[in-house]
Amino acid sequence: MDGEELTEQETALYDRQIRVWGADAQRRLSKSHILVYGMKGTVAEFCKNIVLAGVGSLTLVDDRAVTEDALSSNFLIPPNENMYDGKTLAEVCCNSLKEFNSMVRVSVEKGDLSRFGGDFFDKFDIVIVSCCTLTTKKLINEKCRKLSKRVAFYAVDCRDSCGEMFVDLQKYIYTKKKLDENNQPTAIERELQYPSFQESISVPWRKLPRKVSKLYFAMRVIERYEEVEGRNPGQISIDDLPAVLKLKKELCEAQSMNESHIPNALMEKLVMGRREFPPVCAIIGGILGQEVIKAISGKGDPLQNFFFFDAMDGKGIIENISPPNT
Amino acid sequence: MDSLCHSSAVKGAKVLMVGAGGIGCELLKTLALSGFQDIHIIDMDTIEVSNLNRQFLFRQSHVGQSKAKVARDAVLRFRPHISITPYHANVKDSDFNVDFFKQFSVVLNGLDNLDARRHVNRLCLAAEVPLVESGTTGFLGQVTVHVKGKTECYECQPKPAPKTYPVCTITSTPSKFVHCIVWAKDLLFSKLFGDKNQENDLNVRSSDASNSSEHGEDVFEWRNNEDIEQYGRRIYDHVFGYNIEIALKNQETWKNRNRPKPIYSRDVLPEHLNHQNGNVDKKCATDDPLSVSAMTSLGLKNPQDIWSLTENSTVFLESLKLFFACREKEIGNLSFDKDDQLAVEFVTAAANIRAASFGIPMHSLFEAKGIAGNIVHAVATTNAVVAGLIVIEAIKVLEKDIDNYRMTYCLEHPSKKMLLMPVEPFEPNKSCCVCSESPLALEINTHRSKLRDFVEKIVKAKLGMNSPLIMHGSTLLYEVGDDLEDDMIANYTANLEKVLSELPSSVTGGTMLTVEDLQQEFTCNIYIKHREEFDEEKEPDGMVLSGWTQASLEKKDDNKVVGNGGNTSTSMPTEGEREVELDEISEGTEISGKKRKQPEVSAGETNSSNEVQRLDVVDDDEDELVMLDHQDTSNKKKKLQ
Ligand SMILES: [Zn+2]
Repeated sequence: MDGEELTEQETALYDRQIRVWGADAQRRLSKSHILVYGMKGTVAEFCKNIVLAGVGSLTLVDDRAVTEDALSSNFLIPPNENMYDGKTLAEVCCNSLKEFNSMVRVSVEKGDLSRFGGDFFDKFDIVIVSCCTLTTKKLINEKCRKLSKRVAFYAVDCRDSCGEMFVDLQKYIYTKKKLDENNQPTAIERELQYPSFQESISVPWRKLPRKVSKLYFAMRVIERYEEVEGRNPGQISIDDLPAVLKLKKELCEAQSMNESHIPNALMEKLVMGRREFPPVCAIIGGILGQEVIKAISGKGDPLQNFFFFDAMDGKGIIENISPPNT
Repeated sequence: MDSLCHSSAVKGAKVLMVGAGGIGCELLKTLALSGFQDIHIIDMDTIEVSNLNRQFLFRQSHVGQSKAKVARDAVLRFRPHISITPYHANVKDSDFNVDFFKQFSVVLNGLDNLDARRHVNRLCLAAEVPLVESGTTGFLGQVTVHVKGKTECYECQPKPAPKTYPVCTITSTPSKFVHCIVWAKDLLFSKLFGDKNQENDLNVRSSDASNSSEHGEDVFEWRNNEDIEQYGRRIYDHVFGYNIEIALKNQETWKNRNRPKPIYSRDVLPEHLNHQNGNVDKKCATDDPLSVSAMTSLGLKNPQDIWSLTENSTVFLESLKLFFACREKEIGNLSFDKDDQLAVEFVTAAANIRAASFGIPMHSLFEAKGIAGNIVHAVATTNAVVAGLIVIEAIKVLEKDIDNYRMTYCLEHPSKKMLLMPVEPFEPNKSCCVCSESPLALEINTHRSKLRDFVEKIVKAKLGMNSPLIMHGSTLLYEVGDDLEDDMIANYTANLEKVLSELPSSVTGGTMLTVEDLQQEFTCNIYIKHREEFDEEKEPDGMVLSGWTQASLEKKDDNKVVGNGGNTSTSMPTEGEREVELDEISEGTEISGKKRKQPEVSAGETNSSNEVQRLDVVDDDEDELVMLDHQDTSNKKKKLQ
């Protein structure tokens, strides 16, 4: 144990969850520092979960103004415009989040995330990005990986009925509970090696198992399209569909994959679904919260390394998309 | 189903939510964000501090207020133009009748107990309103859809009975900490502070009960002019010393068991406890009697610490003393409540001293409280995920997209790569007496059993009826209601005390009784079979109901059983109902897999890894219960061989 005990106030407030993950995990949570970027519905859900869980601090980065779109699935934004007059998205959300748990420091960092240096990211244990370009995703992921300490990186995106989460815990060692041959509980040490986002998406498609979620490929097409067209994430409409389908065909050909493997209907849904669907935000934000709690507490098997959910079939699927040697 | 995210049915829907707790807060938020405009919400609870870690619509300043009302106000802050109607009331109140339910397009449950769930299930069936049911524990959760005639109802599948323990395990041969807790809570605490008229097995030992007569009935009474500490020590020596000595005399019991060690207060405590004597009055001076605490007065701070035997003994005497000094008025009426600090302290100390005597590891107050109070393991994330899944199902129900209805399990460990696993709903169970009309059979001694036994043990406990009406042909034998005439009430009260065969319209073998709950609009027919004898051990009720799908998970080798949690209505330690999910997920194929397609959670895994899953799921707070399960399983296997 770390020596420092939970206060009476903490024990009373966190009673029910300490019964799930233990006092030791609760202490680690209270010393962890989280950074999030991209304050839309999914991240709002995650922030709520992690503030309730009782992390040490949560830092929000998002200089964008509050728009109609941002309002649609984000319960942290009051509908009264006077309340966010002149404030950034991060500032408005920060005010709401502070109320959830006075024991967590919630603050805003202004500026362009992709320009922040290593010493900035070094202050955190967990970095989460959402609604950012492919370039930014890769850049932030690399910055985290260059640090001497392990900073876990997560990227989440939800469109229409679909959601995706990527996890990079780099080298992660934890104890896993098992029953031995006499059915006695024992703990074994386990080491996991995670690839970076760049490494993952570079794995040739034909080398992936056949049953990999179609959503994985579809999201790569959209991501690439927005990148080459110089769009902001989600800045895409039905007018783009023919060009998106053309890109899909090209990518499939280049990857020697039958293009029917990525249904056009799915592409159309993602192109149209610039707004998040609140139930999916709750689900992805919930799973993300759970994974972050696992990574901080060292309790439980963390997922490797993508998670997909589609409300249409209701499946929440884990896919391990790693280069063969990791 | 293309319109899932843009469903036009959402705006016009009128939704009833039952429960504004862990799942309820998340659900209300997600419904509001998803465009629902007319939401009604029922919850009888008020807000507590331990809710605040996950019920995010509530703040410290709301403690004590109605959950339904505060949740409404909180959601209106970010969605001011929708209509939310709160009811700070019990869903079982007669106002919420079938007509009330009929006004809704769909009912969404976020409940924490079996009784209310059964009640809502019946109202939904009667009102023909679809029901989306949910539950979570820790990282586990599930969402199911119940549409009359299309899918199974909530009660089509047996629900595991609450965990119970053989009486002799509790009174004589505890082997797990939970046995000590049940002893301390249901026997010792009840004996000292509860209703004196209630049956109590504290002094009953399996074979030589007669022996104890010289120590007699009065042992637990506080004698006139007796010093309170003296009284406490007398109780201490009796239950932890004398009773153990008596038990040890029964050589047979200890042949294959470790012999317990009697503990007397003089062995662990100084002759006189001279801490802050005379301060008792000051300790009681607080406004709130529920804030009186032995830990506070003894300077014990951390509820996670495991106290020594001496500390436990000190807490035992101190808490007993405080009960008599500060809460004397309540004595005789108390029942254990996990939020009653002093009661938790007393039970923890007593359970630990007993554990020490039997060589069982002692536990912290935090852990003891969890076991004694059947406290739900709850985190915000699972509730959020489950709420998302409920809304998705609700929209499908509104769209009448029957082919795509799913029940979904949230797992802690992936199965077939899935953490969220959808399964096609099952068809209604044709022999379910709730949603089909199949009659039940009851074996009973019609010359010995009274109508009261039938009402308590069958109609209320087994059939879960709230306000029953019992008919034999056209003769009313019994009825509950607000608008009854005095002479009717007198008549029914008299009937309760009559044996079945002597009722105004004699009930004998071959009689068909009709039992009805008017509020639930639930009727069932029970065919009576007379039977002379019942096995006291195996059939403690003295009657056997069949054709009714009540699970009996554990085979007992003793007749009487002691539950950990009292009556059935509060027995499930859940924000949903964990027991059910766990069993369905990890060993469903064994228990009820005959005709159900089980979710193939354990596909490709061996039995032992099922156990791993179960262990991980329960985590380290409930090792005792896990080991118990485990042992039970292996015992069963042995018997089979
Ligand atoms: Zn049924």
